[in-house]
Amino acid sequence: MNHDIFKAIADPTRRAILTLLAVQAMTPNAIAGHFDSTRQAVSKHIQVLVDCDAVKQQQTGREIYYHFNAQKMKEVDQWLEPFRKLWDNRFNQLDDILKDL
Amino acid sequence: MTNNTIITKDLPNRKINVTRPFAATVDKVWKAFTDSTVLDQWWAPRPWRAETKTMNFTEGGYWLYCMISPEGDQKAWCKVSFHTIVPGQSFTSTANFCDEDGNINEDFPAMHWLVKFEATATGAQVVVDISFDNDADMNKIVEMGFEGGFTMALGNLDELFAA
Repeated sequence: MNHDIFKAIADPTRRAILTLLAVQAMTPNAIAGHFDSTRQAVSKHIQVLVDCDAVKQQQTGREIYYHFNAQKMKEVDQWLEPFRKLWDNRFNQLDDILKDL
Repeated sequence: MTNNTIITKDLPNRKINVTRPFAATVDKVWKAFTDSTVLDQWWAPRPWRAETKTMNFTEGGYWLYCMISPEGDQKAWCKVSFHTIVPGQSFTSTANFCDEDGNINEDFPAMHWLVKFEATATGAQVVVDISFDNDADMNKIVEMGFEGGFTMALGNLDELFAA
């Protein structure tokens, strides 16, 4: 397994791009529209994600669309981490509520 | 003291199991999971908050609520439909994203829940079995970090994903 994937998802902007693409495939322009950084900076991030197979590109007519590569992301050991974190936070909040219930 | 949340995955069967002990009686934990006034206080991952529109905790009933961003400008509506209820022991439900009238958004995966409550020596334990209709649905939900990921997709990325 390519270790670059871990480096790739360690960056918050790249995680944000992945989150966008998990919902739907997008063109580079559409992705860049979600960030304050320059289009070039966003393109670099996209390239890093392409290089480690986290996203795939597909030509549709004159446009390139980037797709979330779920298969690749599944290989990431930490794939359950955000999920675990959400439940952990939620249950820690519940601990506090239960004290006063 | 912080209790541990244990998560196990059963990928071939498209199931995820979440187990968590609580230092409270089963009665109280049951109430926290089934009374919307209590759910509103803890269900949303901070800094988001949950707000119930309607709650009808009966077999065939549903809980319609939204997650609201810290600025109050973004809302994610969710609907939890209840199927079977064994008071004080377990309930099954299906969770979907939806609009404010509870019309389900089919573009997002459904999650099927079995929530079990067990008495332990120190209080109670909650066991949540979450299952999905297909692999793609499971991947999508996990990659999104559940509703957390959904709210992130709406723009609150860093706070919720902060490592």
